[in-house]
Amino acid sequence: MSDAQNRIDELVKNNDVVLFMKGTALFPQCGFSSRAVAILDRLGVSYETVDVLQDPEIRQGIKQYSDWPTVPQLYVKGEFVGGSDIMMEMFESGELQQLIGAKV
Amino acid sequence: MPMAASEIERLIKASIPDAEVTIRDLAGDGDHYAARVVSRSFEGMSRIRQHQAIYAALGGRVGGELHALQLETAVPQPEINQ
Repeated sequence: MSDAQNRIDELVKNNDVVLFMKGTALFPQCGFSSRAVAILDRLGVSYETVDVLQDPEIRQGIKQYSDWPTVPQLYVKGEFVGGSDIMMEMFESGELQQLIGAKV
Repeated sequence: MPMAASEIERLIKASIPDAEVTIRDLAGDGDHYAARVVSRSFEGMSRIRQHQAIYAALGGRVGGELHALQLETAVPQPEINQ
């Protein structure tokens, strides 16, 4: 594994809920990232964010790590959950609450 | 670089032939789309796999040439006969 892949792997494994996004939770830099943050805030869970705009290696590497071409990307307990569309679908159906509630 | 909605639909159908594709141009700039794709081939696949199948059909354009593609996937519902 390359250095970037190792760093991503550590972030994913060391944080129960981690969102790779553009910008920060306070200042998202993209509508999709903003939507992902809003969903997590609604759930009232604590989560970490990683701003891919601050780190070109992670920005590239995260796409390979999950075989997913876009950011944001949510990981819960080491598992890739999806991007903001999947988060929204799972939030609306109650699955996301269940997943995070059951696992954190 | 902008991409025509018809081209997105063509590429998805080329690799998922039974797909019913509905595309909306969200910002009117040819760069922000929402697509709903319904296909029997999604049956039994996780949402992640369903979206990955569409990304694969678009051959690496999502996240590059195509900035934003909001996706919704579904399996066709059997008709209810009463």
